[in-house]
Amino acid sequence: MSDTADRVKKIVVEHLGVEADKVTEEASFIDDLGADSLDIVELVMAFEEEFGVEIPDDAAEKISTVSDAIKYIEENKG
Amino acid sequence: MRRVVVTGLGLVTPLGADVETAWANILASKSGAGPITRFDASDQKCQIACEVKPADHEYGFDPNKRVDHKVQRQVDPFIVYGIDAAGQALEDAGLTDMSEEDKLMTGCSIGSGIGGLPGIESESLVLAEKGPSRVSPHFVHGRLINLISGQVSIKYGLKGPNHAVVTACSTGAHSIGDAARMIKDGDADIMLAGGAESTVCPIGIAGFAQARALNSSFNDRPEQASRPYDKDRDGFVMGEGAGVLVLEEYEHAKARGAKIYCEVIGYGLSGDAFHVTAPEPTGDGAYRSMQMALKKAGMTPADIDYINAHGTSTMADTIELGAVRRLFGDAIGGVSMSSTKSAIGHLLGGAGAVESIFCILALRDQIVPPTLNLDNPDEGCEGVDLVPHVAKKREVRAVLNNSFGFGGTNASLVMRKID
Repeated sequence: MSDTADRVKKIVVEHLGVEADKVTEEASFIDDLGADSLDIVELVMAFEEEFGVEIPDDAAEKISTVSDAIKYIEENKG
Repeated sequence: MRRVVVTGLGLVTPLGADVETAWANILASKSGAGPITRFDASDQKCQIACEVKPADHEYGFDPNKRVDHKVQRQVDPFIVYGIDAAGQALEDAGLTDMSEEDKLMTGCSIGSGIGGLPGIESESLVLAEKGPSRVSPHFVHGRLINLISGQVSIKYGLKGPNHAVVTACSTGAHSIGDAARMIKDGDADIMLAGGAESTVCPIGIAGFAQARALNSSFNDRPEQASRPYDKDRDGFVMGEGAGVLVLEEYEHAKARGAKIYCEVIGYGLSGDAFHVTAPEPTGDGAYRSMQMALKKAGMTPADIDYINAHGTSTMADTIELGAVRRLFGDAIGGVSMSSTKSAIGHLLGGAGAVESIFCILALRDQIVPPTLNLDNPDEGCEGVDLVPHVAKKREVRAVLNNSFGFGGTNASLVMRKID
């Protein structure tokens, strides 16, 4: 597992209060991890902070699974 | 006429995070005061408070018992305290597994005086330092006063009236009185009613200190700072926590065989129309509030055995006492009156609810809690049993609880034993 994936999962566990083993790469934030739309806004902010990337609203709207987040960050981080 | 009884209690206080622990500590004359630990208060005039203790403390609060991790992260502590106290009250009332029909007729009236001040303070700093794009999406609903009622209704599926009182330090008492009326009017059969507060943060302490309302000369002796009616009192000690009651329509409670603590029989309200922070000097607002509560109860002062006073450990203490003296006349000799703020500090919007619960426990156990630190009663206290230092066993048939708030708002509740 990549360093990015580890850090993303850690943030998700912390923010959503879910068990680490539920945070698989396929997991959907809303359907599998109990997040609502505001939780996703907060997660995106946490990713931006952690990785020093900017995730614009139109990109954030397309992030629905853990792997979507990892992929976006991998492709856009400096 | 629909009657309203109390069938469940929940408490989060500086002396215990459940009803029996807090009550035992109150009766044992313990103090919840200490140096402020939440932040560095060394530059504040007042450096002490009655904080809710952490989970590893002998009588600390464990938020994980009843509040989801995610909710804890999103909301201010007053909401966490309120959700926990509401959960305790429902458990105590045996109402954790309600029918859909009952849920439609169960509501919430849990308020707060100020709301999420610590979060407003800290998120304002985020805004100033990092800009608007870093402000939490949970900022607003994590600080709003009505979000205890909101969170509790969502957690337990309570679909009746969803209400929240904001009347400064009389919030808790108004919440109970208003909720009792909703039951009387048939809006609900069951109401979770109470209040919560948590403003032990730099701007909260500084704000009350600048208003000259907080103590400032007891930083080296925190347990002696809250001393209602004492000559040396110099301002209240900030407390925090929550109190929530289950109010229930009498026949509904009887039909399900619920444990009934007491009846909420009288509710009085008034306005001082005088000053934003100072009470009207003759105590007329307090007098009219108590008078209305007694009238609604169909009682006379001689029927009241215990008064849990507003008694904040400020100059206003003797104004309230004067109003009680005027109302009670010759009956003053038969009543005991104490301020439990001497032990747990002033819970602001939570005070009226927490103190109503102490009144109810006084009715249950036939014992009245003490006024701590009352070493030298001020002028005007003569001939009144203020229950100095130690709890007192005595007959308690009916109780009166007073709560008064900034803005000149007054509330009084009368509760009595039920056969």
